[in-house]
Amino acid sequence: MYHYDELDQRLVDERVEQFRDQVTRRIAGEITEDEFKPLRLMNGLYLQLHAYMLRIGIPYGVLSSVQLRKLAHIARTYDRGYGHFTTRQCLQLNWPKLEEAPHILAELAEVQMHAIQTSGNSFRNITADQYAGVAANEIEDSRIWAEIIRQWSLLHPEFSFLPRKFKIAVTGSPRDRTAVKFHDIGIVIRKNEKGEVGFEILVGGGMGRTPMIGQTIRAFLPKKHLLSYLEALLRIYNLMGRRDNKYKARIKILVFELGIEELQKLVEDEWNQIKDGPLALPQDEIDRISNQFAPPQWKKPQAARLGAEVQRLKNPAFADWVNVNVTGHKQPGYAIVNLSLKTLDAPPGDVTAEQMDGIADLAERYSLGETRATHEQNLVFAYVQEADLYQLWRALDELGLATPNVGLISDIICCPGLDYCALASARSIPVAERISRRFRDLRRQNDIGGLKLKISGCVNACGHHHAGHIGILGVDRQGEEFYQITLGGSADENASIGKIIGPAFSSEDVVEAVETIVNTYVDIREEGEAFLDTYRRVGEEPFKERLYPELTDAAA
Amino acid sequence: MPLLKDGKLIEDPWTHIPDEVAVPASGPVIVGLKRWREERDSLCKRKDPVGVRLKSNHTAGDVADDLEHLGVVALAFPAFTDGRAYTNARRLRERYGYKGEIRAIGDALRDQYLFMQRCGFDALEVRENETEKNWQEATNAITVYYQPAADGGKTALQRRHPPAA
Repeated sequence: MYHYDELDQRLVDERVEQFRDQVTRRIAGEITEDEFKPLRLMNGLYLQLHAYMLRIGIPYGVLSSVQLRKLAHIARTYDRGYGHFTTRQCLQLNWPKLEEAPHILAELAEVQMHAIQTSGNSFRNITADQYAGVAANEIEDSRIWAEIIRQWSLLHPEFSFLPRKFKIAVTGSPRDRTAVKFHDIGIVIRKNEKGEVGFEILVGGGMGRTPMIGQTIRAFLPKKHLLSYLEALLRIYNLMGRRDNKYKARIKILVFELGIEELQKLVEDEWNQIKDGPLALPQDEIDRISNQFAPPQWKKPQAARLGAEVQRLKNPAFADWVNVNVTGHKQPGYAIVNLSLKTLDAPPGDVTAEQMDGIADLAERYSLGETRATHEQNLVFAYVQEADLYQLWRALDELGLATPNVGLISDIICCPGLDYCALASARSIPVAERISRRFRDLRRQNDIGGLKLKISGCVNACGHHHAGHIGILGVDRQGEEFYQITLGGSADENASIGKIIGPAFSSEDVVEAVETIVNTYVDIREEGEAFLDTYRRVGEEPFKERLYPELTDAAA
Repeated sequence: MPLLKDGKLIEDPWTHIPDEVAVPASGPVIVGLKRWREERDSLCKRKDPVGVRLKSNHTAGDVADDLEHLGVVALAFPAFTDGRAYTNARRLRERYGYKGEIRAIGDALRDQYLFMQRCGFDALEVRENETEKNWQEATNAITVYYQPAADGGKTALQRRHPPAA
C-alpha cells in the first residue's frame, strides 16, 4: 500500500495544527458557529441529530493493521466503542466531542490518516475496486490511479469551493464493483486497440433526488494526461455548474442541461491549453506510486490446501461461507475473503473496537496486514492463502464476522437514517434489521441467490436505493414513516436506475412487501436466473400484480 | 475598507466607483464591467489608472483583450462558498499572463487566503479588524502543495523529482 513520504506527512501534520487553532478559537468564542461550520466541515466534522459525527477518510478503502488498531483505539477512547463503515469506504464515529476532535486528528496523522474533505463542496474520498491488484481479469491496479488523484485533489486551491460535493471512483476490472457509473466522474481503466492502457472517463452519474447514469466524455485518455484532463473538466464545472439551487448543483445537472457533446467540446478546449503543462504526469512519479502497490512475493500453493477441501466436505457451515464469501484470486493458491458486516447484532457497516482489533490481528496473520473496506459496507482480506481458509473462518466466526451472506438479500447497504442523521425522513436501520431477520434462513437466502437490497432514509439516497435490485426509500407522510420500493436498479457495469413500483408501504407492511417481491421472483424465475435478470426479462407487471392486487384488479 | 496587499495592510489607493456614480476626473478608479465596456475609450484616456470589477458569473475571458489597460482586476466573492473567482484568477495569470493586481472583494474566510494566494490573488479587501498576522499565519499554515497553480510554488511532485541539473 501507499506510504506517506515526508511531504505527505507534513501536510497532514500542518492541517492538524491549523484545525486545533480553529477549534481553540471557536471554544474561546472568537469565532461564531456560522464561521466555524465550514472549517469543521472541511475536516469531516458534522453536527448530526444528537451529536457531532466525524468521518475519517480511508483512501480507496485500504487500511493497514496499524491503522485499523488506531481506529479501534480512537473509537474506544473518544467515542462509544464502535465505528461505521460508509459507502465511500470511510469510517464514521457517531459520538465524538468537539474539544477532542483535534486530538483524534492528531492520532490519525500518526498513522498517515486524516479527515480532510470527507465533507464540504469539494472532492470526497477517492474510491476504487476493493479487489484491486488481486482480481483475476483486471487490466491494471486502480489503487495506483486513485492515489495519484487523491494527492491532486487534496486541498486543491482552485476547486475547494465547487458548486457541490464531487465524487470520483476508479475501477480497473471489466466487472465493476465501485458503482463507477453513479459517480460525478467515473474512471475505467481500459486498453485501446493498440494495446495501450489508459482511461475511459465517465461524467455526470449520481444518485440523490435526481439519479443519473454517467456518460462517456472521453473514450480513451492516455495515462500521463489524467490530471490535466480532470483539471479541465473541473474547471468547466466550477465556472458553469449551477450555484443557485443546491439540488441542481451536481455536475450531472450540468451534463443534462448542456448535453454531453457540448460539455465535451468545452472540456477539450480547456484541456488543449493545459495538457502539456506541469500537470502532465512524469513516468518516474507513476513508477514511484506503482511500486508501492507492487504485488507481494506470492507463495507456492501448499499441499495443506487439500485440508481446506476436506474441511469443506466435513463442515457444511464452512462450505457455505467458502461458497458465498470467498472469491477467486488471480494467484493460484490464494483467495479473496469477504468479511460480512451485515449481522443480526448491529446496524449494517458497524464494527466494534474489539472487532477492529481482532480483524487487524487476523489481517496480520492471514492477509499481509491489510484490510479493505468496500462501498457495500463490508471488509475484504485480499491475500489469503487457500490453505489458511479454515483457520481464518473459525477465527472470523468467533469475532461474529463470518456471516455467509455477502451478495445475498441480507447483505444490505443502509444509510444511518433517522436514528442519527439530521436530514433523514425515516429510519432505515430498523427496516434493514427486520428484513435480515425475515430472511435469516441461510438456505433460503442461498436459494434466492444474488440480490442487492439497498435502503435510504431520505431522498438524498446515501443508501444507494436507486441502484438496488430492490431499493427502499424512507419518506415522511405527516409524521409517519412510509417506504417506497423501486425495482431493477443496478450499480455494476450494466448500471440501471430502479423504477418505483407503486404506492409506498407503511413501516409495518414494508417487510411483507419485500417478501412478496422475492416470492414472485422465485415463482417465475427460469432455471439459474438471478433476480435482476428475471426482472429485466419480465418487467414490473408480475411484481405489481402481486403487490397491489386491489389496484390491478380495478384496472382490469 | 483596508486592503491587504502582498500581505501588508495599506490604505487602498483605488476607489470603487458604483455603476450609478460618475467617474471622477482624477485618481485611480475601479469600475464595473458594463461601464468599462461602454466607456472604454474615455476611461483609457484618463491620466490615472483604471481597474475593472468582475462579478462571479463573469469570466477572465471577458477582459482578456483589455488587460494591458487595467491596473486592477477585482474578482467578487458574493459568498465565501462561491469558488468561481479562483478559476478566473488562475486564468488571468496563467492563460492571459496578467501581471497587474488581482484583488478579492466580498466574503472571505481567513482560511481561504492561501488558496487565493496560490490562484494568483495579491490583494484582498478586508474587514477593519483583520491583521497582517492573520494573513501571515493563514498563508503559512500549509507548506506542501500537490497542485501547480498561479503562484508557481513548487509542488510535491517537483520536489520529489527535481529536474536534472
